[in-house]
Parts: sequence; C-alpha cells; structure tokens
Amino acid sequence: MAAVTVAQAGGRENIREIEGLWQQAFRRLRKNKLALISMWFILFLFLVAIFGPYLIPYEYSKQNYNEVTQSPSWQHWMGTDQLGRDIMARLVFGARVSLTVGIVVQVVILIIGVPLGAIAGYFGGWWDTIIMRIVDVLYALPNLLFVIVIMTFLRGQLALGSEKTGWLAQVAKLDGRTGGLIGVYIGLGLIGWLTVARIVRAGSMSLKEREFVEAARSAGAEDSRILLRHVLPNTLAPVVVASTLGIPGAILYEAGISFLGLGVIPPMPSWGLMISEAIPTMRAHPHMLIFPALTLSLTVLAFNFLGDGLRDAVDPWMKRG
Amino acid sequence: MNRSAYVIRRVLLIFPTMLAIYTITFFLVHATPGSPWSTQDKPLPKAVVDKLNEAYGLNDPLWKQYLNYLNNALHGDFGPSFTSRSRTVADIISDTLPVSLQLGLVAMIIAVLVGVTLGTIGAVRHNTWADYLSSFLAIVGISTPSYVIASLLVLFFASYLGWLPTTGWEGIFSVKIIIPALALAFYPSAILARYTRSSLLDVLSSDYVRTARAKGQRERVVVVRHALRNAMLPVITVGGVVFADIITGSFFVETISGVPGLGRYFVTSISSRDYPVVLGTVLLFGFIITLMNLIVDLIYPLLDPRIAK
Repeated sequence: MAAVTVAQAGGRENIREIEGLWQQAFRRLRKNKLALISMWFILFLFLVAIFGPYLIPYEYSKQNYNEVTQSPSWQHWMGTDQLGRDIMARLVFGARVSLTVGIVVQVVILIIGVPLGAIAGYFGGWWDTIIMRIVDVLYALPNLLFVIVIMTFLRGQLALGSEKTGWLAQVAKLDGRTGGLIGVYIGLGLIGWLTVARIVRAGSMSLKEREFVEAARSAGAEDSRILLRHVLPNTLAPVVVASTLGIPGAILYEAGISFLGLGVIPPMPSWGLMISEAIPTMRAHPHMLIFPALTLSLTVLAFNFLGDGLRDAVDPWMKRG
Repeated sequence: MNRSAYVIRRVLLIFPTMLAIYTITFFLVHATPGSPWSTQDKPLPKAVVDKLNEAYGLNDPLWKQYLNYLNNALHGDFGPSFTSRSRTVADIISDTLPVSLQLGLVAMIIAVLVGVTLGTIGAVRHNTWADYLSSFLAIVGISTPSYVIASLLVLFFASYLGWLPTTGWEGIFSVKIIIPALALAFYPSAILARYTRSSLLDVLSSDYVRTARAKGQRERVVVVRHALRNAMLPVITVGGVVFADIITGSFFVETISGVPGLGRYFVTSISSRDYPVVLGTVLLFGFIITLMNLIVDLIYPLLDPRIAK
C-alpha cells in the first residue's frame, strides 16, 4: 500500500514538472507574435466551424437558380456559386470539414504511431526491425496516390456495409455524415504515422537508458508502467509539435483529394472542391475562386506558424532531453 | 571494402520494397467493390461482362492474377488498360511519363534557383528584414497548394493580362510551360529555402568560416566558396525527395494546365476503376521515390568525404 502511494506521488511530481515546462514553453510562445496571431485565428476558425452554420441564414446545400454566380453583395457577402448556393455558408461549413480532417487524422496517427514507436524503441530487437521495415516501405509509397487507393477501397466497403446491419452499417452512417471522408481519415493516418513513430522511437531509445527509468525498473515497475508513466510523457513535447505541424498537411491532402473530385461527396462542401468548381469560370466569377483559396491558404499558414512557434518554444527543452 | 557491400545491400533492398508496395496495392485495388465494366451510364449485358472478365483474366483466382501480373510486370508488361482498350499501360506510361518528367525537371531547376537564393539571403542577412521576408515567403509557399497557385497564375497572367496562354503543352521550349512549371516549383522552392537557410546558418558559425574571414577573405567569397558548398549537403538530401515529390505530385497542375502527364491519367483511372493503370502508376511512382532515395544515399558520401571514411 505504501509503495503505491509513493509511486503515485512520484507520478504527480512528474506531471507537475511537465506543466512547469509547458508554462515555460507557453511564455516563449507568447513572445512570438506571428504564432500568437495564428493561435487566435485558429481559435476564431474553430468558433466559426462550431457556431457559424447556425448564424448564417443560408443552408450550404440550398440551391437557388435565380441567384447563380452572383458577386458579393449585402445579401450574399461572398457571393453565390454556380448553383446559387451561398459561398460564405459553404466556406463556414467547409471549416468544419477541414478542421475535422486535421484533428481526426492526427488522432489516428497518434493511435498508430505512438504505440509502434514506443515498442520499437523500448523493446528494440526484432520488434524494431519489423516496424522499421514497414516504415521503409511506407516511405517509398507515393502518398497521395496511396491515400486515394485506400480511400476508394474503404468507400466501396462502406457502400456494401450500408446495405447490411451491424457495426459496418453504423460506420457507413457516420461516413455519410462526414461527407464520405472516413476513408481519407484512415488513409492519411495509415501513411502519416511515420514521423510520430520515429520521434517516439528515438525518445524511448534514449530515455530507457536514463537513471529515472532505471530507478523505476529497480523499484519493480513493469514495462507497461514505465512506458506509460515515465517514457511517453517525456516524448510529449516533440509529439505535440509534430501533431500541430501535421494538421495543415492533412487539411491540404483532404482539399487536394476533394479538388480532384475524389474526396468529399457533394453537396457537402470542401474548400478544395469549391476551388475546383470555381476554376472553369474563374475569369467571369473570380470571387468563387478567391474566397475559398484565401481561406484554405490562411488556415494552413496559421497552423504552420503556430507549429513553427511551438517548435521554437519547446526547442530548448527538446535539446535538454 | 564495407562500402560496396553497403551499396549492394541498398540496391537489393529495392526488390522487397517494391514487392511490398505491389502486394499492398494489388489486394487493395482488387478488394475494392465494383467492376471496371459498371462505370458506364448503361449497364453492359451480362454476356458481355463475362466475356470481358474472361478476356482480361478477371475470372482467375486472385492468387493467380497476383502472380500473373507480377510476372508480366517484371517483363515490362503492365497489362492492358481497361478504359482505353487499344492501348496498354506501358503505352500510356511511355506517352505520359516523359511529359511529367520534363515538366518536373523544369520546375526543379526553378525551385533550386529560387530556393537556394532565398535561403542564402535569409542566412547571410540573418535577423534582418530580408531574412524575415524570405522566411515569410517560404512559409507562404509551404502553405499554398499548387492548384491555388496555378489557378491564380492563370487568372492573372493568362486571363487578365493575356501575357501567357491558359492551357496546353508543347514541350519545354514553349511559353505554355511557364505557368505549370512556376506553380509546381512553388512548394519545393519553399522547402529548399528553409533547408538552405538553416544549413547555411549552421555552417556560417563554424570554425573554418571564421578562419576564412580572419584571413581577410571578402564576405562574398566566404559565403559562396566556403560556406555554401558544405551547406548544400543536407539540401541535396532533401532535393532527391523533393524531386520525387514534384514528379508524383504533379497531377493538380497537370489537370489545371491541361498538361498530358501521368498524374492526370491516374485521376481518371481511379474513377473508372482501371486497375492496371492504377497499379502501374503506383508501382512506377514508388519506384521513382525509392530510386531517388537510393541515389541520394549513394551520392552523399561522394560529396562529403567526412562520411565516406
């Protein structure tokens, strides 16, 4: 009983130290104006994505053939598209699509990458060899093509599943609500976990030799406990940075796949799809192109600035490790 | 020496890697529901579908198809295309790949020129407005997808100003290449600029650069002749990956600018379930990426004698 209390106290001590370091990092981040502005912009974007669709008096899928390709006006601040749909309503709903992709993909990446990296780094040996072989193969895959292949496969499976009952039907239903993007989440997760796995692997490899891990082990802690309580928390900082920097990549991939007409299923809007719909008539109706293009670039830019700022902010800490 | 053993091992590793890529892609593509013959508006009569499946070997057991395709691919035969039935995948690739390669090469040259210049300015004028501007341009370049750049370039330079043609392809010596090449070069320029800047910053604070300055060398000579040479080493490593990225990521630009490259073909073949074209393209692009990685790994020690030792 006493041993448990000591271990818990030790764990809490560990967490307090991490918070201290995060506070330090945050203090450094606050001095970085671009990163700070980006953070506010991203926060704003999240608010827009959550509440925006309720505030705009237009439905993203509502077509109005009396008002096609209108330029910006008081009725439609960003104009309307080729089917008379309000562009602002579509952009705002598109924020939901893009931010969801950005975050869900990072979650999938963490679910795959962290355990695999930890196993490879901590246990080493043939675990490491196998996982690193997989990494080698994935590095050689043409990413975008492969995501498209996986996505097409999953979408086909889900289409079959929707005719049946059971969990597959549930997933298919969920897929319909996300605009058919579950395949994109999984596909991007399956090719994107390499960086995180490598970070966690390198971290675990160096950390397992350190004194505090040695101490935990001699105190009788099991491998799983050492990994969860001592090794993984110490690789948190670079993983957070990698995840933040991974978000814009995922957003761009989704936009790109939707741009090619292979991603989101209409009438669900995606910034990429809106851009591709605008291109044929961009000379006559540049507003259809400019607004989604600007939104997409600014969003990605903001995440990149924030990720860079975060990396600089935790960098001294990373060097320390 | 150990070195040749390493080279042989690296070259031999291509085979299991390619086999893994083939296996994954083959089964994914074949496990995707739907048949290539059901994409037309009017469904084909069952007898016709049976005939087609028979003719293309789609009735064989999966393992047999797997081995057959593998065997043929090793002999350079990537099968017939399902959609353009008079042509084989090899025909399509040999028509479209050179176009993608030419466009990619021009884009790569632009990217190296722009990227290295921007990165050098950033490092030499460290922490001045020039540095901030070049870093800012680089991050904008990383954040803007090529199709946005391409469409904006077409909008301003082709539609409004009329200086350049909007679409088309007439080889690398035609003005038609300017817009797609610039659009394709944007992202890699940014990547190369960032790597050049950080690498050059490292080198500029090294001892031998201080020595060169202490000798009284002009700053220009120090930077170009002493520092930049070594600073380029990590940049070359990225360069290989970046070039593979350009080639395998060109389909957005190809679609907008009407360039008949391989990427554009892939997009249509996915929606028409043209399995052989999909498989062939993934394999080819995988091979290009593996090859570029290999070349970079093998060239690196030749450029940097410190590693070769």
